[in-house]
Amino acid sequence: MKKYEKVIEKLILISAMIATISVALITVFIFQSGISVIADYGVINFIFGTEWSPGSGIYGIFPLIAGTLSVTLGSLIIGIPTGIACAIFLSEILPKKFSKYFKSAIELLAGIPSVVYGFFGLVVLVPAIRTYIVPIFQKFNPNVAPTGFSILAGAIILAIMILPTIVSISENAIAAVPIEYKEASLALGANKRETILKIIIPAAKSGIISSIILGMGRAIGETMAVLLITGNMAKVPSSILDPVATLTGTIAMEMSYAPPSHQKALFAVGIVLFVIIMLLNVIAQLSVKGLGGKRN
Amino acid sequence: METKFKIKNLNLYYGNFQALMNIDMEIYENKITALIGPSGCGKSTFLRTLNRMNDLIPNVSIEGTIKLDNKDIYNKDYDLIELRKRVGMVFQKPNPFPKTIYDNIVYGPKIHGVKDKEKLDYIVERTLKEVALWDETKDRLHKSALGLSGGQQQRLCIARCLAVEPEVILMDEPTSALDPVSTSKIEGLLEELTEKYTIVIVTHNMQQAGRVSDYTSFFLNGKVIENDKTEVIFSNPKDKKTEDYITGRFG
Amino acid sequence: MKIKNIIFYAILGILALLTLATLILIVGYLLINGLPHINMEFLTQDPKMMGKEGGIFTIIVGTIYVTLVAIIISTPIGIAAAVYYTEYAKEGIIVQIIRFFTEILAGIPSVIFGLFGFAFFVVFLGMGWSVISGGLTLAIMILPTLIRATEESLKTVPMSYREGSLSLGATKWQTIVKVIIPCCKNGILTGMILGIGRAIGETAAVMLTVGGALKLPTSLFDSTRTMSVHLYMLSSEGLSQEKTFATGALLIIIVLIINTTANFISSRLGGNNGN
Repeated sequence: MKKYEKVIEKLILISAMIATISVALITVFIFQSGISVIADYGVINFIFGTEWSPGSGIYGIFPLIAGTLSVTLGSLIIGIPTGIACAIFLSEILPKKFSKYFKSAIELLAGIPSVVYGFFGLVVLVPAIRTYIVPIFQKFNPNVAPTGFSILAGAIILAIMILPTIVSISENAIAAVPIEYKEASLALGANKRETILKIIIPAAKSGIISSIILGMGRAIGETMAVLLITGNMAKVPSSILDPVATLTGTIAMEMSYAPPSHQKALFAVGIVLFVIIMLLNVIAQLSVKGLGGKRN
Repeated sequence: METKFKIKNLNLYYGNFQALMNIDMEIYENKITALIGPSGCGKSTFLRTLNRMNDLIPNVSIEGTIKLDNKDIYNKDYDLIELRKRVGMVFQKPNPFPKTIYDNIVYGPKIHGVKDKEKLDYIVERTLKEVALWDETKDRLHKSALGLSGGQQQRLCIARCLAVEPEVILMDEPTSALDPVSTSKIEGLLEELTEKYTIVIVTHNMQQAGRVSDYTSFFLNGKVIENDKTEVIFSNPKDKKTEDYITGRFG
Repeated sequence: MKIKNIIFYAILGILALLTLATLILIVGYLLINGLPHINMEFLTQDPKMMGKEGGIFTIIVGTIYVTLVAIIISTPIGIAAAVYYTEYAKEGIIVQIIRFFTEILAGIPSVIFGLFGFAFFVVFLGMGWSVISGGLTLAIMILPTLIRATEESLKTVPMSYREGSLSLGATKWQTIVKVIIPCCKNGILTGMILGIGRAIGETAAVMLTVGGALKLPTSLFDSTRTMSVHLYMLSSEGLSQEKTFATGALLIIIVLIINTTANFISSRLGGNNGN
C-alpha cells in the first residue's frame, strides 16, 4: 500500500469521528456555560421554580417546561392520529402511483423552514383563533386570554410540522409488514379494515412508536414556529388559549439582548432541553434497533 | 515448459471453516489450466488466492505458500498492487464500470501511470482487437459500456484486463452468464490468448474444460482430487471420484 | 359491518386529505400574498429602514455566503465519513458508537446548535457574530444529512465494481475515488441539495451565530443576516406586511426548487450509474 493511502485512511477516520466529536463539544460547551446557574440556584429551585424573571435574577423554569410540554402534548394529540391515518391511507389504500406524489408532497411539507410555519401561524392561525375560537370560549369563561397567541396555535402548527416525521416513518414500518400476514388474515375471512386494525398496525407497532418519539423530539426542539405564535408569556397555563413561553423560544428570543448572567441562565435552560432531547433520542434509537431486530 | 505458479500445502480458512485443504499444484506458463468440480468445492476460492482477492473478505486466513515465478506472493514484502497488475482477473458476471468503453480500458493503464493520449489510444485499439470487439465498438468508444450486450461486456472486461499487460489471467466462470454464441466467441479467444498469457479458468461446464484447457484440476470438498493433462483427466482418470464427476454421476 | 367500513375509510381519507390541504393552503397562501411583491427592485436593492423599505439584496448575499461556507466544509467531511462506514470500517463497537452519535447529532434541536455555536465559535474561538461562525455551526448541523445521503448511495454500488478495479491493480483509494464515488455523484448531489435547503431554512442557529447585520458582508468575519432570520425579524417586529410576505414567498419558492431538484436527481436520474 502506498504511503499516502495511510494518511488518507487517517483523514477519513477523523472525518467519520467529526460527528461524534461535535456531539461531545456541544455537550461540553452547553454544560460548561450553564451548569453554574443550576448549581448555584439548586436543581429543584431551577426546575420547579414557578417564576422566570431573569432581569431580577429569578430563574424558575417550570413555566417554560409547562409551556413546552403543553404545546408538545397538544401537537401529539392532533398529529399522531392524523399521521398514522395518513400512513395507512398511503400504504394500504391509495394506489401506488398516487401515493408516490402524496409522499413527495409530505416531504415538501418537511422541507418548509420552521420560520415560515411560524409566519403562517402568525398571520393566519393566530387571527383565526382570535376571531373564531376565543368567542366560543368566552361564553363559558369571560376571562379567557383573547389574543389568539396560545397553546392551541402552537399545538396546531407543531402538529403540521411533525406530520412528515410520523407519516414517513410509520409508512415505512407499515410497508415492511410481510405480505403473508395480510394474506393469512384475509384468507381467514377478515376484511381489509379488520386486517389493517388487528394485524398490520400491531405488527408495525414499534416503527409507529419510534415515529411518535421522533416527532415528539422535533416538537420539543422546535423553536421559530412556536416563538412567533405562542405569545412568550412565562406563566404556567390554565387553558389552551393561554399564551405560553417554551424552553426553545425563550432561549432564542432572550439570547440576543441578554446580559452575561442572564445568558448563563439561558444556557442552563439549554441544558434541560438538551437532556430531554437526548433521552428521547436514545429511546428512539433503541426502539428503532429493536424494530430492526424483529424484522430479521 | 515453465512453471508460473507453484502452490505448496495451501490451506485456507473462513473463520473456523476450512475451505481449502493441502493444495499442491503447479500452473504452467502459456497454458490454460481449468479448475472443475461441483459448486462449493473451493475452486473459485482457490482461484482468488492467486491474486489475493480473498484479502477483501474478513476472517480469511491462509497457510502454505503460493509462489509466482519463485516468489511467495503471501510474503509481507510482496507488492500487492504489482501482483494484481501481473495477475489479472475476469469475473463471473461481466462488471464493466459505468463509464465509457474507452475509459473502462484505460482505467488500468492510467492508474499505473500511463498518461500519453496516443499510447492510451493505441492500448484501446490493441486490446479491443485482441478480444475481437474492435469492429463492433470502434464507432462508439465514448459511449457507455453498459450499453453493450452481455457477451460484449465480458469481452470488454477481458480487454480491460489485458490493458494492464498481465502475465496471468484468472477467469472465474467467465461464460456462465452468457448465451452460447457469446460463449463460443470467448472460448475461441482463449486459445489465441495463450500465445502471450497464462490462463487459469474456473468452469462449471465440463465440455468447456475439455474443449479449451491443456491441464485440468478436479476439486472436491476443498481438496484437489486429481490434477493432470486435460486429455488424461477426461479419457483416463485415475481416481474413481473424478470419473464419476466427469461422466456426470454427480455434481 | 358495511357502515363500519365506510366510516373507517372516510376517516382515513379525510385526515389524509386534510394533510394535503394544509400543505396547499400554507404554500398557496404565502405565494398568493407574497409573489406580487417580489420584483427586480426587491431582489436587487439593499434594505432600508431595517427592512421596512427597499429590497433584500444584502440578505440574499448573506444567505448565499453562510450556506456556501456550510456546504463547502460539510460536503468533504460528510463524504469521507460515509466512505469510512461503507469502505473502511469493520462492523464493531467503534462504528456503532460513531453511528450512534451521528444519529444523535441529527436529533439535536437547532436552538441548541445556536447556543453551541455562540459559546464555541462566537465567544470561545473569538470569531464573533459572523458568516464563518454561522457557516461552521450549520456545517455541523447538516453533516448527518450529507452522511446519510452519501452512505445510502455508496451502499448501492455493486461489489463487482470494487473487485473489478482492485483486480486491475488499483489501490483501495484509487478504487474509491475513480470508480465508487463517481457512481454516487447523484446521491451526493442530492445530499448537498438537501443540506443547502436545511441551511437556508435554518433560523435559530443562525440568529445566535451570524447576528443580524443588514449591510453587505465583505469578509468571512462580518456579521450578516440570512433570509430566514430576516423573515423572523420582520414578522416579530411587524415592520412591513408586504416585505414579510415577499420574503416568505421567496423562501418557499427556493425550498420548492430545492426539493424538486433533489427529488428529480434521486428518482429520475437514479441514485446511481448516471453517466
